[in-house]
Amino acid sequence: MTAASVACGPSASARRAAAEPAAIALDDASFGWHGRAVLEHVSGRFAPGSLTAVAGPNGAGKSTLLKGIMGVLRPWSGAVRIGGAGRAGLSWLPQACELDRAFPVTVLDLVAMGAWRRVGAWRRYGRDELDRCMAVLEQVGLAHLAGRGADTLSGGQMQRALFARMLVQDAPVLLLDEPFAAVDSHTAQRLMSLLRRLHEEGRTVVAVMHDLDMIREDFPQCVLLSGRVVAWGDTAGVLTEANLKTARHWHAEAWA
Amino acid sequence: MSLYEWAVSPFADYGFMRRALAGTCALALGGAPLGVFLVLRRMSLMGDAMSHAILPGVAAGFLAAGLSLGAMMLGGVVTGLAVALLAALVARMTPLREDASFAAFYLISLGLGVLLVSLRGSNMDLLHVLFGTVLGLDDAALLLVTGTASLTLLVLAALYRLLAAECLDPGFLRACGGRGAWVHMGFLVLVVVNLVAGFQVLGTLMVVGMMMLPAAAARFWAVSAARQAPLAAAIGVAASVAGLLASYHYNVPASPAIILAAGACYVCSIAAGPQGGLLRARRGAPARFRRGE
Repeated sequence: MTAASVACGPSASARRAAAEPAAIALDDASFGWHGRAVLEHVSGRFAPGSLTAVAGPNGAGKSTLLKGIMGVLRPWSGAVRIGGAGRAGLSWLPQACELDRAFPVTVLDLVAMGAWRRVGAWRRYGRDELDRCMAVLEQVGLAHLAGRGADTLSGGQMQRALFARMLVQDAPVLLLDEPFAAVDSHTAQRLMSLLRRLHEEGRTVVAVMHDLDMIREDFPQCVLLSGRVVAWGDTAGVLTEANLKTARHWHAEAWA
Repeated sequence: MSLYEWAVSPFADYGFMRRALAGTCALALGGAPLGVFLVLRRMSLMGDAMSHAILPGVAAGFLAAGLSLGAMMLGGVVTGLAVALLAALVARMTPLREDASFAAFYLISLGLGVLLVSLRGSNMDLLHVLFGTVLGLDDAALLLVTGTASLTLLVLAALYRLLAAECLDPGFLRACGGRGAWVHMGFLVLVVVNLVAGFQVLGTLMVVGMMMLPAAAARFWAVSAARQAPLAAAIGVAASVAGLLASYHYNVPASPAIILAAGACYVCSIAAGPQGGLLRARRGAPARFRRGE
C-alpha cells in the first residue's frame, strides 16, 4: 500500500460519509463579536458531498460563518444544524495566525493534533495514528520536516502543515479558512487537487476563498457574503457582475 | 577546607539545613515545571501578580488564627483565585487589558496584605510572610510543600497534552471538543496552590522566583516543553543548594541567596544557552532568520 492511499484512499469515515451524508443547514442564523454583528440572517444548506466556496470582501463574515458552523461561535439568533455525526464529523483548517507560532512543538506534533477526537487528552498515539500523520505529511510534501520545530516553518509550509492536520482529522466534512493564503500557486494547485480528490470520495468541502478565478474553475457551488448572504447557489449564477457589485456596495455601507 | 566539608557538611551536620534543602527542592520540582508553562503561555507576569494576590488572604488567616498554617493557606488560595477571576472578568467586561487589570489587582492586594499583617503582627511577622523562613521550616510546612509538589507533578503529567494543545491552538482544541477553558482554570489553581505552599519557604514575594527564573533559564537550553520542564526543575534544585551554601558560609539571608543563585543561572543561560543565547547567536544566524527550506 502506498503512503498516499493510507490517508486518501476511501477510509472508513469517508465510506460512512458516502453512506449517510451529513448536511449543514443554517436557519436565519446571526453571528457577532464583542457586541457587533458581523453576519446576519444566514439561511441556507450545504448539501452532502458538495464542494462550496465562500467568497466576499474582507470583514464580510466568511471566517465567522465557518466558526459558527464549527461551534466555536454561537449564533445570536437562529440555528445551525449539523446532520450525520454532528460536530464530531467536522474537520477544520483555521487561519494560521490564530495559533501560537512560538510554541515549541515539532511539525509531527502539530499535525498529530488532528487526531484529537480519536486520541484525546489521555489515550496513546498508536502506530496507525503516527503512520497516518506521516502519510499525510508525505501528501503535502512536508515529510522531510516532520521532526523540525513548527516555529521554523515558512508561512507557506505552515499552511501545508495545517492542511495536513485537517487531513489527519479524516472527517466527512471539511471546513477550510483561506487554505491557499501564503502558499505559492504551484502548492495551491497541489492542495486543490487533494481537495478535489476528497470531494470525489464523497466528502463535503466548504472553503473560504479569495481568488475568484480559482473559485470559478474548481468550485461548483459558491456562497457570496457581505455581512449577509448576497447569493448562494451554482458558482456561475452567484459570481455575476451584479452580485459582486452588490457585495461591494453593502461592504462600503457597513464600513462607512 | 575540603570540598566535602564545604558542600556536604553543612547539610550533614545541621537538621535545619536539611529541612531547608528538602523544602526548597520540593518547591523547585513542583514549581519550576509550572513556570515553564507560565513562560510558554506568556503569563510570566501573571505568576508574579498571583504571588502578591495571595498575601491579603495569608494575612487575614494570620489575623484570624495567628501563625496557623491551615488558616493562612486557606486564605491565600481564596484570595489568589479571587484575584485571578476578578482580573479575567474585568479584562472581559471592560476595555482594560488583562495584564493591566492583573497589575492593578495585585498592587491593591499587596497594600491590603501588608496593612493586615501590620495590624496585629510585628515587623518580624511581616518579614516572615514576605520573605519566608527557609531556615526554620517545621514538619507541617515541610509536609505541605512536599505534598503539593508531588500532587502538582501528577496533575501536570495528566494534563500535559491538554495544556500543550491549549497553548498551541486554543480555537482548534475547542473545535475538537477539548475542554480548553477548564484546563486553563485547573492550571491557575495549580499555580496558586504552589505559591501558597511555597510562601513559608521563600515568602510571598520570592516564591514566584523559584517558578519563573529556572523556567526562563531552561528555555535557552531546550526547545520542547517536555525537555524544558525537567531541566527547569534541575536548575531550581541546583540554585537551592548553591543559595543555601552561600547563606551558610557567608552569613547572608537564605531566600534572597537562593533567588539570586537562580538569577545567576538565568543570566548565564542568556549568555551561553544554545537556543537563542547571545554568544551562540552571534556565531551563527539568529534562530528567527533560519526559517524556510
